[in-house]
Amino acid sequence: MNDSVIHLDHGSGGRLSYQLITRHIVPVFDNPILKQLDDGAVFDIDRIRLAFSTDSFTVDPIFFPGGDIGELAVNGTVNDLAMCGAVPKYLSCGMIIEAGFSMADLNRILDSMRLAAKKADVQIVTGDTKVVPKRAADKVFINTSGVGLVPPGVEIGGHLARVGDKVILSGPIADHGITILINREKMDFESAVKSDTAPLNHMVYAMIQQGGGVHVLRDPTRGGLATALNEIALQSQVGIGIYEANIPVNTETSSICELLGFDPLYMANEGKLIACVAPDHADSVLEVIQKHAFGIDASIIGEVVADHPGRVFMKTRIGGTRIVDMLTGEPFPRIC
Amino acid sequence: MRFIDEYRASDLSAYLAEQIARISVTPVRIMEVCGSHTVSIFRNGIRALLPDTITLLSGPGCPVCVTAQGEIDAMIGLSEIDDVIIVTFGDMLRVPGTSCSLMQVRSEGRDVRVVYSCEDALAIADANPDRRVVFLGIGFETTAPLIASTILSAKQAGLKNFSVFSAHKRVPEVLAALMAYKDLAIDGLILPGHVSMVIGKRAYWPLYAEYPRPYVIAGFEPVDILNAILLIVGQIEAKAPRLKNAYPRAVSIAGNKRAQEMMASVFQPSDANWRGLGRLAGSGLKIRRHLEAFDAEKIFQMHVSEQCELEGCDCGKVLLGLKTPPECPLYKKVCTPSYPVGPCMVSSEGTCGAYYRYAEK
Repeated sequence: MNDSVIHLDHGSGGRLSYQLITRHIVPVFDNPILKQLDDGAVFDIDRIRLAFSTDSFTVDPIFFPGGDIGELAVNGTVNDLAMCGAVPKYLSCGMIIEAGFSMADLNRILDSMRLAAKKADVQIVTGDTKVVPKRAADKVFINTSGVGLVPPGVEIGGHLARVGDKVILSGPIADHGITILINREKMDFESAVKSDTAPLNHMVYAMIQQGGGVHVLRDPTRGGLATALNEIALQSQVGIGIYEANIPVNTETSSICELLGFDPLYMANEGKLIACVAPDHADSVLEVIQKHAFGIDASIIGEVVADHPGRVFMKTRIGGTRIVDMLTGEPFPRIC
Repeated sequence: MRFIDEYRASDLSAYLAEQIARISVTPVRIMEVCGSHTVSIFRNGIRALLPDTITLLSGPGCPVCVTAQGEIDAMIGLSEIDDVIIVTFGDMLRVPGTSCSLMQVRSEGRDVRVVYSCEDALAIADANPDRRVVFLGIGFETTAPLIASTILSAKQAGLKNFSVFSAHKRVPEVLAALMAYKDLAIDGLILPGHVSMVIGKRAYWPLYAEYPRPYVIAGFEPVDILNAILLIVGQIEAKAPRLKNAYPRAVSIAGNKRAQEMMASVFQPSDANWRGLGRLAGSGLKIRRHLEAFDAEKIFQMHVSEQCELEGCDCGKVLLGLKTPPECPLYKKVCTPSYPVGPCMVSSEGTCGAYYRYAEK
């Protein structure tokens, strides 16, 4: 492939995105905070620990079962902050709007952002709008940035997984990715699958309050569970072993994956988290998650191991073993 | 899920794996022909359940992966015609031609659309009367009948802006070509389930008559695959090779007659170029002359180069287990997962792709 231009795969959230970030972007802005490669940056200002994160949303379609681009934009940044262990406080909202976009749709998006912010208990306090000519953008793109406070004593990062940690997943995977796909491609089948978009900050706060032991938090968005686990394994230089039988997937989502040849491990989620938790805290953290509306089906899906640092292995349902690699490109349905 | 879960049972899988380990004495190489088998073996971690005596080789059964470079160049050429919309199944997008893939021309703004069913291709043609829609006919005997029926529907509907570029390939013919290799080091074949559903067990009778080896038609669940391996190993140990249908819940002796008739009425056998394997007699399907109004090759007077892959590619030998990936002169130097040359690298679960990503690290 020609390296002189950006390909769609660079934005898939998989290996090429990782390479784009680590080879082209991080070296330019070179600093220790950026180099952490976490969902957000954590730093001190006047001895106050802050988390700061940004995310852009270009989802197509902009309205989909379970949510819309506005709700996604709020929850996305809220969750990125929460994954730093922070309590999200204030968000910004930048909008790039294509000329000709419906005012009613814009109002609908703004209203759902208002509701999402209310649910997450954050405020949208600054923003910007740009309108571009037709076809210079697709309907509407939204960027949100956010700041949050990291409570004293909280030390959470992708590089902090330790051998022996239990890996907790907060619920069934692949719902968001499948929802977007079948609605974008206007696939002709009836389906009740809907996006899992949700703010995870309240759940994270409860997890941290229960008494420590949470080392890593990550929301497996683009690239799915597989890519997020690989990132943790690389950042912490540990191996991760997971059990297929413990990974929840809703039946309907799993059937659609089956039909189209997708692996749910690589499909996006917008309301799930992975936590690496010290073994003696794992059960109590799991209990806290399960008590929360967005974590009822949480389970321990594996553990952090010393073997094969940087790699993720999965014990399959039939007792075999497979390597789980990062996503290599946007998943396509297979004909074979 | 009914009819699926029972074929994914862990206790039955464990039992079959134990039986394989118990009876397997002779080192054997078994090729799973079909790309879906390769994926299932990988996703279920089946290799880890097998004794050291058994080596699984991934065959030429991923239809997009064996699509020749020249054919992809021709598709890309079509996409550069202003009024043309290329319609394809998704996994074709990534397969590289000489200088780029359909994915790249799409990100550069060419109109290349992914569909999930053949009807979608017709709908696009219907909705764009001022554009010419070319549907890429890729696949084996599984997809060929569907595309045949799409061509017939287009004819019936009087669509004037719809055509198919047929790069279909035929499974029994490529298997016969593989088995004819001298120095062949394959002891048995797991035959594809979906293809066999269409062509039936009897389509392999000539293959078995000429090259009697253990051939087992198998489904795609782990229990199906382990069972097929057990049957093949049993036949090898007993020195009694058989052609066996271990997927009777889907495959019959005669296959799907209607699909076969549909295929025969639209396509005729032709020679075809296979990435990694070269030109194989009678191994492709071209659109019959009476339907040439739907044949993109005729409409656009396409010149399809004979180029199968870059010179030096040893995929043929890797497929046959005669070489390991590092023994190919292109491996890792020219041919990588980002710039794949042969089918073994094009398919992420192919022998070279898997070797590159997993074996060496």
